[in-house]
Amino acid sequence: MTATARGVDAPGRAGIDARTLRTDRWWLPPAATTVGLLAFVVYGGVRAFQQQYFFADERYLTPFYSPCVSLGCAAEPGAAHFGMFLPDHPLIPYAALSLPFLLLFRLTCYYYRKAYYRSFWLSPAACAVPEPHAQYTGETRFPLIMQNAHRYFFYLAAVIALINTYDALLAFRHPTDGFVVGVGNLVLLVNVALLWGYTLSCHSCRHVMGGRLTHFSKHPVRYRLWTWVSRLNTRHMFFAWITLGTLVATDLYVMLVARGTITDLRIVG
Amino acid sequence: MTYTGRFRVWRGDADGGSLHDHEVEVNEGEVVLDILHRLQATQTPDLAVRWNCKAGKCGSCSAEIDGRPRLLCMTRMSVFAPDHVVTVTPLRTFPVVRDLVTDVSFNYAKAREVTAFTPPAGLAPGEYRMQQVDVERSQEFRKCIECFLCQDTCHVVRDHEENKESFAGPRYLLRVAELEMHPLDVADRVDAAQDEHGLGRCNITKCCTEVCPEGIKITDNALIPMKERVADRRYDPLAWLGRTISRRR
Amino acid sequence: MTETERHDYDVLVIGAGGAGLRAAIEARERGMRTAVVCKSLFGKAHTVMAEGGCAAAMGNVNANDSWQVHYRDTMRGGKFLNSWRMAELHAKEAPDRVWELETYGALFDRTADGRIHQRNFGGHTYPRLAHVGDRTGLELIRSLQQRIVALQQEDHAATGDYEARLRVFAECTVTELLTDDDGAIAGAFGYWRESGRFVEIAAPAVVLATGGIGKSFQVTSNSWEYTGDGHALALRAGARLVDMEFVQFHPTGMVWPPSVKGILVTEGVRGDGGVLKNSDGERFMFRYVPDVFTGQYAETEEEADRWYDDQENNRRTPDLLPRDEVARAINTEVKEGRGSPHGGVYLDIASRMPAEEIKRRLPSMYHQFKELADVDITAEPMEVGPTCHYVMGGIEVDPDTGRSSVPGLFAAGECASGMHGSNRLGGNSLSDLLVFGRRAGLGAAQHVAGLERRPVVREEAVRRAAATAVAPFEPSSGGTSENPYTLQTDLQQMMNDLVGIIRTHAEMMEALDRLDALRDRVRDVVVEGHRQYNPGWHLALDLRNMLLVGEAVATSALLRTESRGGHTRDDYPDLDATWRRRVLVTHLRDDDDGGASDPVVPRVVVEPAERAPMRDDLLALFELAELEKYYTPDELAAHPGRDRGAA
Ligand SMILES: Cc1cc2nc3c(=O)[nH]c(=O)nc-3n(C[C@H](O)[C@H](O)[C@H](O)COP(=O)(O)OP(=O)(O)OC[C@H]3O[C@@H](n4cnc5c(N)ncnc54)[C@H](O)[C@@H]3O)c2cc1C
Ligand code: SF4
Ligand code: SF4
Ligand code: FES
Ligand code: FES
Repeated sequence: MTATARGVDAPGRAGIDARTLRTDRWWLPPAATTVGLLAFVVYGGVRAFQQQYFFADERYLTPFYSPCVSLGCAAEPGAAHFGMFLPDHPLIPYAALSLPFLLLFRLTCYYYRKAYYRSFWLSPAACAVPEPHAQYTGETRFPLIMQNAHRYFFYLAAVIALINTYDALLAFRHPTDGFVVGVGNLVLLVNVALLWGYTLSCHSCRHVMGGRLTHFSKHPVRYRLWTWVSRLNTRHMFFAWITLGTLVATDLYVMLVARGTITDLRIVG
Repeated sequence: MTYTGRFRVWRGDADGGSLHDHEVEVNEGEVVLDILHRLQATQTPDLAVRWNCKAGKCGSCSAEIDGRPRLLCMTRMSVFAPDHVVTVTPLRTFPVVRDLVTDVSFNYAKAREVTAFTPPAGLAPGEYRMQQVDVERSQEFRKCIECFLCQDTCHVVRDHEENKESFAGPRYLLRVAELEMHPLDVADRVDAAQDEHGLGRCNITKCCTEVCPEGIKITDNALIPMKERVADRRYDPLAWLGRTISRRR
Repeated sequence: MTETERHDYDVLVIGAGGAGLRAAIEARERGMRTAVVCKSLFGKAHTVMAEGGCAAAMGNVNANDSWQVHYRDTMRGGKFLNSWRMAELHAKEAPDRVWELETYGALFDRTADGRIHQRNFGGHTYPRLAHVGDRTGLELIRSLQQRIVALQQEDHAATGDYEARLRVFAECTVTELLTDDDGAIAGAFGYWRESGRFVEIAAPAVVLATGGIGKSFQVTSNSWEYTGDGHALALRAGARLVDMEFVQFHPTGMVWPPSVKGILVTEGVRGDGGVLKNSDGERFMFRYVPDVFTGQYAETEEEADRWYDDQENNRRTPDLLPRDEVARAINTEVKEGRGSPHGGVYLDIASRMPAEEIKRRLPSMYHQFKELADVDITAEPMEVGPTCHYVMGGIEVDPDTGRSSVPGLFAAGECASGMHGSNRLGGNSLSDLLVFGRRAGLGAAQHVAGLERRPVVREEAVRRAAATAVAPFEPSSGGTSENPYTLQTDLQQMMNDLVGIIRTHAEMMEALDRLDALRDRVRDVVVEGHRQYNPGWHLALDLRNMLLVGEAVATSALLRTESRGGHTRDDYPDLDATWRRRVLVTHLRDDDDGGASDPVVPRVVVEPAERAPMRDDLLALFELAELEKYYTPDELAAHPGRDRGAA
């Protein structure tokens, strides 16, 4: 870490000793972000490779294992809706077709970029607090220039959200009891609704829906869509965090039911 | 309610300076600029402060209060506890002229680099027809009062003097977005946004949005949409294919 | 004394508000090498504060509008004292000037069919103000600023230098105009605010566009820039001022807290439904409709309330009377003990429409009260009172070209006079800036093109200007040293108390005495520190202009023994038709040595002169019955209505 003689202490600028004169607890938000993101990564990492407890009550599939396409999914009949073809290997998550892309979707998300640039890279940790790097080129070079591919991950994420929705709907059908509603159904449903909230409020989605147009008045339908997405978009950060929470909560619920730690409460059927 | 407030005001010039302690009367309803005026009238007649409208409309009185970029005329004293020591310094991204006044010519130089509004050839004045929904996005950006607080807070130039050459700053990327979204503009600034104005250097950390006294959603409504437009042009093979095909037709 | 930086241009524009920038654009487009000088940063002139809109009879919202209707409204608002030629040019050309802004990139609010939307305002018969929410001045100045940048880009492409043909000297204050031996303009002298270095800009044509004088008053909506520099510069260069007694007090300024007293509350609040009430809760404006307007305004609250929705069948509320009437009414209510706790009256919009509606229509007013006064205007009434807002008086100019009586000196915008008569209508200033800014720029360009010889700056004058400028750094001769800030406060207080909204003979006499005393004190002003960005010094230099202008206002106000528009005499409360055709002209007293007796603040004289009578076809636009309220019978002998009446 080098102090930047080219920053607030560059020649010509007002000579002030303190690098920042902020008196509030500016370090709190980046610290909280770091803790929150790390906690999710650790939990998610452990669960993705656990290859156990991902299917409960013969119908609840956790989003961390959807779509379940590994040969290993055979351990839980009914978990795989899209065939099983990936080799069963401890280093290949059962949902290896979706997890990497979901990770990349969030990694290149405009909100998460802000969050980790601020908290992990301290660039800047908080506004008007000098960053510790001697050089800065932003997103102009490899690898960060790859952030521009975000829209592709959005397209994939939308497909995965469809699969999650399918999972959530399918979970209403119990192989033997027929149509049932349990607490787990509600958990899956809330999770999937918020996932849609996150996915559709994406900036790339906003752009694709209508943001790239110059004349809204000539495209009334796309303008309407853009207005909706724009409204969601103002809550993108909220969705980004709440879905981390609901993903963990959903997965935890499925895991606990699968392990028999708790039993799913049936509301209907 | 009147009390004696404590202030630390930076005084000096490009050759150096320091924070000076002052005790000044503070009255109900006053803003930081009122206090500085009282300082001028009673203790430091030559204290340099730039201001004009004292109503948050002209964007002249930009400075940093307790380390945060703010308008002096829109920061009410009532947000501070009476025993809080209020620190006032000049903007720390631009060269200082004297006391709280900085040389903001960087911004005017950048303004000149953005291709001006270019109306379609042959459209006579008075014949301009635009729908309200089509002008609203650009209108939001035109609320800008050019206080340059966003330029001051943006770490790309605040922390890296060497980036000043290649980075226009949020204010002028906002201007680019405004013109790109203008329903009658026919010029193309998408490539320039990336190559000349340094859009890629912005890492969307939103400090500009946080300080904007006009509440313009700079990052969400201008910078990110421009990044998306650049991606359309540069980094999206599908969009490129689509353009090529529709051009053929 | 440090060296003086020297520049040479064809046209020098002093002032970078709407008028100055439009003049500069015109001059540059006519091929002149042009410089613009301004006291503040580029793009921050006072025009930026205008809120309501820019009046132009485009007829986008009501197709009945036309230049004739606009012309009539303007003349009525000014109580028939306006330069009729200026009012005519203004009404005819304003639409073109507004449309031109769109070609510079301006984005006004739109109508459903994609044209520029227009809003209602006090004194305008039809919705006429092109606007962008309540930040129209910002749009105007930014569009002009960006047009200047576009022209500089063209020059850069052609010559490699952005400033080859058009340069902005920002934060540079002009302290003196320079003339050559036979009195023609040769340039200007000033200093860079940042460094304190002196500049001389030689130019055979100078356009003054320095705005108003409001900072001489304690309660004002105007900023520090408004020290009447252009008025004073013109006087000292030998030009004449007219109508200086007419100062507009906007009826609704904030009155509390003290630090924001005077900040404007836009007329849009009343245009959109806000009403004035006294401490008894009475809508008092119904009691204040003057004779000349009887029959034109609603007589009951019910009718007034219906007007907002149905303007065809109802008359408008007297809350929207011209500004002078409303300001006087508020003044009387407060004086008679029916004011609010902080010495204003109530402006109530909270009880008139839902909170959401208020926030949508008046975002910056909501913001302003919330931020600065902790008042939620959607829940409680605002406290408002009159605030000094605009000066109708100014440099006497030729309507078509903006030329003053000094060769090479032009003026436009608030510092010029004539357009608004005794009272300006809201929205007519922004359009005035564009119409006459352009004409002044054109006039200056033509003047330069027609010159046989370029006037030469007299070195002696430059030296003298420099000496005057540094004088405040020298210890005073009298031994006492005056603080410029104290002096300014005293002047503002005095002007407010004595030369304010209501005036009397005795008060004017006292004001002139006090000005004399201030004149003595200003010589003893001493400033600390050095010349680099020293606000105390800047103020010291502005003070001499403020004093000179104060004297012009007080003297003119003493002479005009009637009440009209922005000039109200308690001892002569009525309009006097014989005063309509008289104009009060201010110039330097030349009995002694051309003002040399007091070089700091020269003495002025004010003399009445005849106003040019209105052209017959324009006079015929008015009903005889209306004209009879303002004119003497013999002035109307030729009116066509008279013949009809006789036949
Ligand atoms: C709060 C407010 C709201 C208003 N709202 C409206 C409205 O809605 N509609 C409307 O039509 N009108 C409105 N007006 C009136 C209108 O804004 C002004 O009359 C108009 O902007 C004046 O423009 P100008 O070009 O004459 O001068 P300004 O815009 O005031 O510019 C003056 C320029 O001269 C420069 N200058 C002055 N002295 C010197 C010097 N010595 N040396 C160098 N430069 C100098 C200044 O720096 C500045 O650049 C409003 C006024 C105020 C205060
Ligand atoms: S969002 Fe971009 S432009 Fe705005 S402050 Fe951050 S890096 Fe600068
Ligand atoms: S965008 Fe906002 S912060 Fe930036 S200059 Fe404009 S008003 Fe100031
Ligand atoms: S998912 Fe966050 S911006 Fe696309
Ligand atoms: S003085 Fe104009 S914004 Fe503060």
